[in-house]
Amino acid sequence: MNNKEWSTPKAVAISKDTKDWEKGRYGPVPPKSPSCYGFSVIAKVKPGREQVVRDYGKTIEAAIKGDPNVLAPLKLHYLKWVLFDVGSGLHFMYQGIFDTDFDKYVEDAIDLFNKTGISTVFENFEDWPEDWRTNVPAVSKFFHEHQHNSFLEYGEYPFVSADEIKKALKLKASFEDMLDQMQ
Amino acid sequence: MKLELDDIQHYLLTRPNARIAQYDFLTFRNPESGRNWISALLHTVGNVESVLKSEDTDMRWVTIAFTYNGLKALGVTEECLSTFPDPFKQGMSARAKMLGDTGENHPDNWQDNITSPDLHAVIILFARDRIERDRCVKEHRKYLVKNPGVEILSTLLLEAIPPFDYVHEHFGYRDRLTTPVIEGMNVTPSPGSHPPSKPGEFILGYPDETGEIQPLPKPEILTKNGSYLAYRKMQEHVGRFRDYLKSNGNTIEEQELVAAKLMGRWRKSGAPLVLCPDKDESEVGWDDNKNNNFDYAEMDPHGYACPVGAHIRRMNVRDKSVSGIMNRRLIIRRGGTYGPHLPDDAPEDGADRGIAVFAGCADLSRQFEFLISVWSNDTEFMELNERDPFCGTQDGTLDFAIPKRPIKRKLKGIPAFTNVRGGAYFFLPGIKALKYLSDLR
Ligand code: HEM
Repeated sequence: MNNKEWSTPKAVAISKDTKDWEKGRYGPVPPKSPSCYGFSVIAKVKPGREQVVRDYGKTIEAAIKGDPNVLAPLKLHYLKWVLFDVGSGLHFMYQGIFDTDFDKYVEDAIDLFNKTGISTVFENFEDWPEDWRTNVPAVSKFFHEHQHNSFLEYGEYPFVSADEIKKALKLKASFEDMLDQMQ
Repeated sequence: MKLELDDIQHYLLTRPNARIAQYDFLTFRNPESGRNWISALLHTVGNVESVLKSEDTDMRWVTIAFTYNGLKALGVTEECLSTFPDPFKQGMSARAKMLGDTGENHPDNWQDNITSPDLHAVIILFARDRIERDRCVKEHRKYLVKNPGVEILSTLLLEAIPPFDYVHEHFGYRDRLTTPVIEGMNVTPSPGSHPPSKPGEFILGYPDETGEIQPLPKPEILTKNGSYLAYRKMQEHVGRFRDYLKSNGNTIEEQELVAAKLMGRWRKSGAPLVLCPDKDESEVGWDDNKNNNFDYAEMDPHGYACPVGAHIRRMNVRDKSVSGIMNRRLIIRRGGTYGPHLPDDAPEDGADRGIAVFAGCADLSRQFEFLISVWSNDTEFMELNERDPFCGTQDGTLDFAIPKRPIKRKLKGIPAFTNVRGGAYFFLPGIKALKYLSDLR
């Protein structure tokens, strides 16, 4: 990140037209925005599966507790899982903010989804490929097809990565420690 | 699941003691001549079992592989062709932008007619020495005379460069230290190396590291026991490289250190920087029990020994938090050097020299393309704002950080030590598959 870009909040309006987007290994890649990379995947929940899906919240909580760094390769900031019904049946929204484009690490992501049980929750959604264990292009296609691009993204501290934030906090902690030692 | 070693071409799984290899890139002017050519050569194509058994007496070391257009030209049906994966169908040059092959590395600058849609096949002739190579080439020419519809588009001669007592490339780095080991081949990985890979990582029709057998492209007789080969021809600007070392190091020792930092290993012995951070130690480099016995996450997390952007640290991250599936990002590297050796004390002579890498894998995108597009060419990799100093696209605008206390050192403006001069995707079929192709009507 160059000099002090992070200190000026920034918003970017994103055009609907994706034809100028870079092509990744599996399809077009949204450009990096002030709120880094990310996706908003929306899928329809199969009838009667609401509780099963909700229960996965606990499963994943436990998986991360067991191995807090398990998702490290994805370079994540935040994940948000939402269930909603605005009259067209129950839908699931999966929003993630990453420091790297999802396409780049899609195979890592699928592997981690398998390990942490995230993939199995997807079996409760319509259109999720049955052969997801082996078919990376199909999984990638699902994400591309169910991804809804933002038309506005905002960053209070634009383009700052999770690693940089963690580094800054570590530095702050060691600095405080140093001041303590000097008392 | 037992490997069908008598049906797998030897190229990726054996390493016969060949010093020289000729690669002929071919086109089939009509399907019949292509099929007849395969049929006539079939008895010379080495399989893993035969080559392992009798390397000295039996030198049937021929290898044949095809592009997507080649399979089409031989008459594989559209229905079958459509089941092959996209990267193979599209070919490497069509995917150049995504791979990061831009500027001087753009396919417009590739040589040898390699981007031609007429590129259909490659035949690889291994030999012990020049005399044997000449004999093989002459023999092959006879087959071509008999099948005039098969024509040579271009030829690549790979030959070891002096000094011959160790394998190295034109910049002087010792090579062939690391390679994946495959389960079922009865080879024990050296300490620190990856555990043996499931065969399906490299050969189609076997379980891979997920434990599953990936569905085979059709027909199965054509694809079972096959692999994909990603070919990359990279010119090496040896004079430029040596000048860069000189302008960034006052003494020979400093220059060697800069060279080692860029690679992650010392040039002469290949000793890894993680184990030998300050000076080359040939006892480590030459000891296979030591030269891969290291990691980065525990032993060198900040890169004080081996910079995070060094070639071998980008190509094999050896750190779970960077990739939890390193076992699915491996390639089997084949190939060698082309062009004349530039003696240590000679000025740049402008000759064309470099390396040709043939990367074997089961999934071009997950393995080869990932290594090039992300770990080699993505400036965001590990937030370095760098590209790989050897296989990344460079034009003097990016730096290379050498972590150092109290503050890191920057090698400024890494020039293009290399340029991509060719590339293509091939399918390397099994032996029965070759027979199937030769029998197509
Ligand atoms: C002119 C360009 C290149 C040069 C000079 C070069 C040189 C080297 C050398 C000297 C090594 C260390 C020896 C070893 O570990 O066996 C190495 C390792 C490696 N290279 Fe390259 N290479 C080049 C291009 C490439 C390309 C195009 C690829 C990918 C397709 C690649 C992939 C690798 C991998 C995977 C390793 C092993 C790293 C490890 O496991 O630690 N290299 N290379």
